[in-house]
Amino acid sequence: MQEMIDRAKELLADGTVDRVVGWRSGEFSYDITPGVFRSAEELDESFIYNDLCAPNLSKYLIKESRKEGKLLVFLKPCDTYSFNQLLKEHRILRENVYVIAVPCTGKIDVDTIKDKGIKGITSIESDGETVTIHTLYGDKTMPKAETLGDKCRTCKSKKHVVYDEIIGEDGEVNNDGARFELVEKLENMTPDERFEFWRNELSKCIRCNACRNVCPACSCENCVFDNPNSGIQQRAAVNSFEENMFHLIRSFHVAGRCTDCGECTRVCPQNIPLHLINRKYIKDINEFYGDYQAGEDAMSRAPLNAYTFDDCEPGIVYSRGGKA
Amino acid sequence: MFRLPVSKIDDLFGTIASSRTLYLPVDGNDGRAKYDKWSEGTKMSDKLNTVRSAKSFFFPQTTNICDFNVNGANVEVVDIREESEDFVVFGVRACDARSFTILDKVFLAEPVDSYYATRREHGTVVTMACSEPEENCFCNVFGIDAAAPEGDATCWIADGYLYITSNNEKGEKFVESISALLEETDDSAVKAQQETIHGIVEKLPFGKVSTDHFRKNTLLEIFNSEKWEKLSESCLGCGTCTFVCPTCQCYDIKDFDTGHGIKRYRTWDSCMYADFTKMAHGNSRNAQMQRFRQRFMHKLVYFPDNNNGEFGCVGCGRCLSRCPISMNIIKVIKEFGEE
Amino acid sequence: MQSETLIPRVGVVTDIRQDTPDVKTFRVVGTDGKKLFEHIPGQCAMVSMPGIGEGMFSITSSPTNREFMEFSIKKCGCLTTWLHSIEVGQQITVRGPYGNGFPVESTFKGKDLLFIAGGIGLAPLRSVINYVRDNRENYGSVHIVYGSRSKDDLVDYQEIIDEWMNCPNTKVDLTIDREQEGWDGHVGFIPNYVKELQPDTSRTVVMCGPPIMIKFTLAGLKELGFVDNNVFTTMELRMKCAIGKCGRCNIGNKYVCKDGPVFSFDQLSELPNEY
Repeated sequence: MQEMIDRAKELLADGTVDRVVGWRSGEFSYDITPGVFRSAEELDESFIYNDLCAPNLSKYLIKESRKEGKLLVFLKPCDTYSFNQLLKEHRILRENVYVIAVPCTGKIDVDTIKDKGIKGITSIESDGETVTIHTLYGDKTMPKAETLGDKCRTCKSKKHVVYDEIIGEDGEVNNDGARFELVEKLENMTPDERFEFWRNELSKCIRCNACRNVCPACSCENCVFDNPNSGIQQRAAVNSFEENMFHLIRSFHVAGRCTDCGECTRVCPQNIPLHLINRKYIKDINEFYGDYQAGEDAMSRAPLNAYTFDDCEPGIVYSRGGKA
Repeated sequence: MFRLPVSKIDDLFGTIASSRTLYLPVDGNDGRAKYDKWSEGTKMSDKLNTVRSAKSFFFPQTTNICDFNVNGANVEVVDIREESEDFVVFGVRACDARSFTILDKVFLAEPVDSYYATRREHGTVVTMACSEPEENCFCNVFGIDAAAPEGDATCWIADGYLYITSNNEKGEKFVESISALLEETDDSAVKAQQETIHGIVEKLPFGKVSTDHFRKNTLLEIFNSEKWEKLSESCLGCGTCTFVCPTCQCYDIKDFDTGHGIKRYRTWDSCMYADFTKMAHGNSRNAQMQRFRQRFMHKLVYFPDNNNGEFGCVGCGRCLSRCPISMNIIKVIKEFGEE
Repeated sequence: MQSETLIPRVGVVTDIRQDTPDVKTFRVVGTDGKKLFEHIPGQCAMVSMPGIGEGMFSITSSPTNREFMEFSIKKCGCLTTWLHSIEVGQQITVRGPYGNGFPVESTFKGKDLLFIAGGIGLAPLRSVINYVRDNRENYGSVHIVYGSRSKDDLVDYQEIIDEWMNCPNTKVDLTIDREQEGWDGHVGFIPNYVKELQPDTSRTVVMCGPPIMIKFTLAGLKELGFVDNNVFTTMELRMKCAIGKCGRCNIGNKYVCKDGPVFSFDQLSELPNEY
């Protein structure tokens, strides 16, 4: 972390950038807030980077890169995919951003720990392998692997796909397919079981819009769900299907553009595994059009945006034996 | 003071539910607590609090206001209101119990909101003392005692017994209705537990946060502070804090065409949303900073100004746990306190 | 079950007058042909068409009118566009009255009054002006300064010419923003016109119009020596409930729907500039 602060100070001092987008420490070691730092003093005071800095900073660059001056942003491997995807969609002004890639070994999720029945957590320390949790009711330790959030439990890549400079070693793309295991489990359910699963999950939705507002792919200036002329601006469960439609429409809108950063699931106050909907589309796209990872580069055309003669016929959905 | 062995708690729930609907905190299949209807076999959650607050019992996320039949140029208004049925909410924590008195000040002020009033009238609130307060709790900052929650009746669980006492007439009726299961006892076990709880509260990280700033400074001084810009810089403008908050009560009124008529309904709304104040000809709060400021000014300045100094926060800690970017009322209060 | 203010009553539109290219005045009575409710000048009502929307509108007729209520409405958003498309006989819903109204029976009584209005801003003042005309003996002299973009955009033009201008002890000064054929009256913006007119600073001022007009006119009035607590205006913010509960129309700790819409400028000076 000190290396990051030092480098940020240098870039501020030599005028390369005039502000730094990073993570700000909170009241505990785990309530981290994205922040804009404008001075060395501010960096010393509250900049933090540790195993708890989960927020994806790329979304903030949509607005922040349009302001005057150049900014420095620290991006974790999976954040770089979002960054690239936003570049591809012309949502970030690249010339206003200086990217420093920082390594990530998976982020600890305080809710994951709380869900294990641990109460009153006042701080969390990690040495990369073991996590020590201090609580009002005594200390606990557990392997870090057990504390990871959904987004990190099956990491797609430790490789940075875009940066201006890098701190530490770059990692590798993870192609073991583990992230699709839960999707496969859902695919293997009967349609009724699957419907029941999603009805149960989605009926928890309170339409707070956290998933949408945190999502780097949700970059519309005015969302269709906020448009009074769209006919779908009910904003509440006026009938039992409204909240389902919200998530299905949203996920279709980000299909082929979702980089699988997992922020939707991380922020959902109702603990709905929203990323599984997106992962299903990613898996389908891989199967229908060949492997494709949104955000892997900033130039290529996405399968859903590019017609080729080799594209699968729409009938493939039926030929998969009703599993679609 | 009355008590019954915790081993008999299912009998207690069964007795309550035999005459009215019983709601209590239960663990969902993801392990997180939520209020749900009791039925045979339902187990009460041992989590400190539910993810969503208990406000939905009196102020549901959506309420049908009335229906309309539109026929050519004619409009018919259909009053679809019904008296609420009697129900009991069991296991409400001290923070949520206080939130009801805050909501009362809004919804029961003239003109009375009849939807809220009927639920309030027919609902009995049975609270549960917090034996294990958590790091995000700061109800004591607002004069709430986690060891002696308000409500119609109050419970404590100590030494294998559930202790219960009533706080008002409605509570007395409730205790009366379950009296066959209860034995009278003194309050020594409860007193002992209260002492333990107070000991924990004493050590809570936010227990001594000062709200003095919001009393000493004027509305305009706080409103015009430069601190809001920085506090709000990462706010995503979602409504999570408002929706999990037990005292947030802003609502929207909308119409829905069912194909068989128009339903006019109200839904929770959030002052954090960009279109909350948007009109055809403009928006009085265009920037997220203004919307963020509105939420905290409402709780810490406007509401107290209009309600004899009572803050519009009960220190339940839900916004601390649930904000996607961990920005919350404690950080706001502390930022202003540091002067 | 107790009465519920959120449930509206049905009103029938019995007359529609095209005032300007984008303002129509709607006359409304109950289904029994009688006035829906009584009000104080400056108070508002929630007018709605189910399925289209509901909005707060100033009641522009005077309470002295015992037969009906009128609303002058500018075509602006979803609901108002729909209202502009309806015909006489259409039923709508109305609930109210809401808000505090102008202090016509207290502060204003016996005073010389200065009304300043811009564009559709005349709508809420029309109720007061006609109330004062109908109780002429209770008030001093009346000075009305009204301006709009063009002659065609002057709301209630015929009523102003035929009735207001012929009322005793009443002076009406009209202005339009730009020169126009067939207009030999004053041309220019209201803030400057008010300054030119040099109204007596002892007058109690009632002002309504677009925010930019209010801002500059208020500055001009202060230059002339008017004091804040003698200048009143009526505000408009997004509203849903109209009873101070839905939480959106507040300016600081005041709700426009309940504590307003009428405020004096000394009240507003203690509130955030967020409107």
